[in-house]
Amino acid sequence: MRRYIDFYLATMRISILEQIQYSVANYFYMIGMITEPVIYLVVWTTIARQQGGTTGGYTVGAFAAYYIIWTLVRNMNIVFTPFGWEWRIREGQLSMMLMRPIHPIHSDVAFFAGWKFVVILLWLPLAAILSWIFKPTFDIRWMEVIVFSLAIWGAYLIRTMLLSLLGMITFWTTRVSAIFELYFGLELILSGRLVPMTLMPVWIQNLSNYLPFKWTFFFPIEALVGNLTDVQLWSGFGMQLLWIATGIFLLNIIWNFAIKQYSAVGG
Amino acid sequence: MNPIKLALTYLRIGVLNEMQYRINFFIQLLQSFISVATGLIGLSLVFGQVKTLAGWSRPELLAVMGVHLLMGGVIRSIIQPNMERLMDDVRNGTLDFALTKPADAQILVSVREFRFWQLVDVIVGIVVISIAFIQLNGTLGILQIFGFLSALIMGGIMLYSVWLMVTSISFWVIRVQEISNLFEGLYAAGRWPVGIYPSWLRTGLTFLVPVAFAVTIPAEALTNRLTGTSLLIALGMTLLFVVLSRGLWRLGLSNYSGASS
Repeated sequence: MRRYIDFYLATMRISILEQIQYSVANYFYMIGMITEPVIYLVVWTTIARQQGGTTGGYTVGAFAAYYIIWTLVRNMNIVFTPFGWEWRIREGQLSMMLMRPIHPIHSDVAFFAGWKFVVILLWLPLAAILSWIFKPTFDIRWMEVIVFSLAIWGAYLIRTMLLSLLGMITFWTTRVSAIFELYFGLELILSGRLVPMTLMPVWIQNLSNYLPFKWTFFFPIEALVGNLTDVQLWSGFGMQLLWIATGIFLLNIIWNFAIKQYSAVGG
Repeated sequence: MNPIKLALTYLRIGVLNEMQYRINFFIQLLQSFISVATGLIGLSLVFGQVKTLAGWSRPELLAVMGVHLLMGGVIRSIIQPNMERLMDDVRNGTLDFALTKPADAQILVSVREFRFWQLVDVIVGIVVISIAFIQLNGTLGILQIFGFLSALIMGGIMLYSVWLMVTSISFWVIRVQEISNLFEGLYAAGRWPVGIYPSWLRTGLTFLVPVAFAVTIPAEALTNRLTGTSLLIALGMTLLFVVLSRGLWRLGLSNYSGASS
């Protein structure tokens, strides 16, 4: 256990120091990413205004709050991509990682976790500017803040598990881009990334209850900007833990099969 | 060598290259369907709430989506691959190989790459536009076709010019990958008519990244909203963008120091 903690702390420290140096590049990336929620925000506030100020229970200010918090949650959701796994496996980069006495997934989790601290720091001024432009309305309780600060890390871990599982398909086939796109399409609809889940048709909402996606997007945002009760907040966080555990379980099983397939296609 | 012949030769090589990987056609087709499906879901969510969005009806917005898809296919098949290769060449110093060839360097760097299968998006875009047009019960007059095609071509030229300008920055600043991410993000805004955006963003989408000219104006031509004035403005802007990008390209090129430097 001790060596894992040391490993995590060291990797996170390296990642923080590294990413601080690239803060301009990080900023360009974040600004490019912000156009997506701004588009959704403009469309939905236009609709809300046309309908006299509210759509599906969201006011103009509530939409603004939703999509501004969206930008932080989206940043927390950035993990080692399945395209990276494809590269790793196709080019044989994984061979080197397998030599180490620690499972390769740990270095991904630790490196991106360190990066998140830089991202959160850089996000604060962006959030201030977005708030100044779009005038969000917040009604925040301290319990919401606590659960939100835990839930963004929960979202990070769930998405790490999901995208690693997805990337590991590359062990069996290297034609994976269409599968990845299909996944991202489903995630867009079922996670709350496109619109708050409550605006979705009921059957999609029901479907999303049985899937992990909404716990990586809708739940963390809703925890802060919505009006969830304490029970709802903590049971939502419990669902996140459940999905993390499921992810770790599946990852272990599939990894054991997958690693036997591995033969470094290129490299 | 005649520049058109040169472009066609590279085009043929690109097609031949891509024809070796026929399964990529189906993969591309699947990806296009996914993006159409998510686009349609987005539209149905919007029109589950309202009848029109900022004055645009559902089939009209479908037309916008079709044009956006079509233009996106053009960007991804011709413009972006060439510009990304140019960025790599500038960084690695391998642009020398293009510069020493006896043809105009700008034309050469703009036609070297061609992703044939990405044209699936162009075809899917045309299908979406046609469906939108049928739903609109529109009649297609000569004037309308002319307006649409010329707006489309001018939009394509403007997007190319902006890409070339952004890429030319790589002569001074080596890391421009993030800028091209930014461009992609802004192009995504063209999924909706630029009229719905707040004025500061609309200005950016019109004059900095001409999404307005590339997507909204061709869509306006299809939905009988286009005026002769905006077509003339588009023509003026196209010329301006072409001249500016040519100037910036030449300025950047004079700054290029070649390999092993």
